[in-house]
Amino acid sequence: MHEISILGRASITRPTAFVGDAPAVRARTTPARTGETATVAPTERADRLALVFAGRLDAAGAGLLWTPALKAASGAKGRPLLFDLSGVSLCDTAGATLLVAAENAHGSRAELEGANEAMAALIARVREALQEPAQAKAASERLRLIPLLLSGFATAANGIAFLGEAAVAIILAPRRLRMLRPVDIFGTADQAGVRAMPLVLLLGFLIGLILAFQSAIPLRTFGAVIFVANLVAIGLFRELGPLLAAVILAGRTASAFAAEIGTMKVNEEVDALSTMGLDPMTMLVLPRLCAAVLVMPMLTIGLELAGLVGMAVVLKLFGYPLAAVVAQVQGATTIGDFAGGLFKALCFAAVVAAIGCNRGLATGRGPRAVGISATSAVVGGIVATILLDGLFALVFYRLGL
Amino acid sequence: MSAGSRAVVVRADGVAQRFGSRTIYQNVSFTVAEKEVFVILGGSGCGKSTLMKQLIGLIAPSMGSIEVLGHDMLRERESVLPHIGVMFQSGALFGSMTLLENVMLPLEIYTGLQPAARESVARTKLGLVGLAASASLLPAEISGGMAKRAGIARAMALDPPLLFLDEPGAGLDPITSAGLDALILELRDALGVTFIVVTHELASIMAIADRCIMLDRDAGGLIAEGRPERLKAESTNPVVHAFFHREVL
Repeated sequence: MHEISILGRASITRPTAFVGDAPAVRARTTPARTGETATVAPTERADRLALVFAGRLDAAGAGLLWTPALKAASGAKGRPLLFDLSGVSLCDTAGATLLVAAENAHGSRAELEGANEAMAALIARVREALQEPAQAKAASERLRLIPLLLSGFATAANGIAFLGEAAVAIILAPRRLRMLRPVDIFGTADQAGVRAMPLVLLLGFLIGLILAFQSAIPLRTFGAVIFVANLVAIGLFRELGPLLAAVILAGRTASAFAAEIGTMKVNEEVDALSTMGLDPMTMLVLPRLCAAVLVMPMLTIGLELAGLVGMAVVLKLFGYPLAAVVAQVQGATTIGDFAGGLFKALCFAAVVAAIGCNRGLATGRGPRAVGISATSAVVGGIVATILLDGLFALVFYRLGL
Repeated sequence: MSAGSRAVVVRADGVAQRFGSRTIYQNVSFTVAEKEVFVILGGSGCGKSTLMKQLIGLIAPSMGSIEVLGHDMLRERESVLPHIGVMFQSGALFGSMTLLENVMLPLEIYTGLQPAARESVARTKLGLVGLAASASLLPAEISGGMAKRAGIARAMALDPPLLFLDEPGAGLDPITSAGLDALILELRDALGVTFIVVTHELASIMAIADRCIMLDRDAGGLIAEGRPERLKAESTNPVVHAFFHREVL
């Protein structure tokens, strides 16, 4: 006889389930009750393999016996299997799961010996409960693969549909003025613009400062430090101003749009709007688009001015008077640089806000979906801004702007 | 089912709850015996859910003491928690996890089961509540009734002898609600679990309760205790009578 004795005490002991021959004892102090040693002993009985279990077959006991019991059961394939449970003091669903798992490893149903009526009923119930899942799991994995392959197309189609719906909403907006509530537009503008201004100014100032300082060091070698003003001013007006403002808008505002609308979607508020005959595009998307486009020039100009101040501080430290820096900026930049940057910024704002709203309206069910929407709004907004910026660079170059 | 000969698993003694100067209830005392389906009932705002939160140790009583499985819930809450299961009103499933992962979580934290064993045990629990085929779904992908059943499966993950259910039938259709009632009775009979159920659904109370207590907001505490059939037939308290006969006070 080969015996495997698993030593160890149940870490979770509780007054539950089925006791071998006696009715369950459920004392008031039972959580503190000491666990018993759970053992399994494979024994040859005529032509059968008997697994003799003893002790508490609860979660802790089942955990200890899992590997040896399944190994012994699978080693007896082709021969009848018997579970001797006469030494088992307690068997809960975890213990019954162990027995059924051993049966599955063996490949056929085991004969039960020494199990009382309640224990046998529990094992029968667990056999029943464990019958369906394998098939369900396989089907579910197949079902998940298909949406994964089609998700790219679905996202693209969703974007195109959104653009179409937004265009229709803009065209029909004059007829739906009652749905466009000024409080929504100005409230959103306050959130996206006024409250974002300190961050924009700080970021602009630091970017101007760092850019000027990093440029001044190599340019000093050639005695051309004053041209730092040209570099920073042109860079800010044409490129960095609109780009950084759009990144801030994407990170701060588009994510908020996605989360707000996404939460409304989850709470069925969007459905409620539709059932009241109110167009969600007009009620929810247009005010946010308007607000973003409205505040973006302000944010861009703020960032550019703060950047110029940062640059002026560095040049002042290098000994250049403020008047010389201002004159240099005036000479180096044109109104075209400034206006071109603002135009880009307006386009970025519209795209970033539209992506935020689109992600919000595409939110699935559950709180996790809102987080996913907010993240994809930020990522989508930044990627779209950079792609659009590349496109603008090409167009401006071809137009000689 | 006679409760007299069985061990007491929950004992509340002179429990009160106050929020500021407002007393929700006071002097609430009762015991729950093992393998009993014990229902806490009452109208909206009487403090049913608050009392359940006190029983599971989420809220400390303003006065009185609560003993669960022989342990004081105020001082020894941590040692009781692995031995009780709680299903919250919404199911309170973790949205980022599948149903299987939700049920596996307590097993992972409290037991030394290997991953394969954990999964098997969790599948057993889901099978017991009829959700074996939905194990890989996320909570957002299932119905309210399924979420409640999954909540019960998670509460049962560690085979606790005591399960607390907060409004199991709320927001469900009568058929699903009756299915949950049948599940509670089946689990009580098959696994010997004691249930403490908070509800105000009359049909559910009559179907599952071995014994119940009734709280009343105006009375500021317990107004009835006993078997629901007896309370329905014999109570002379106008609120109890109105509750069980669906009458307007």
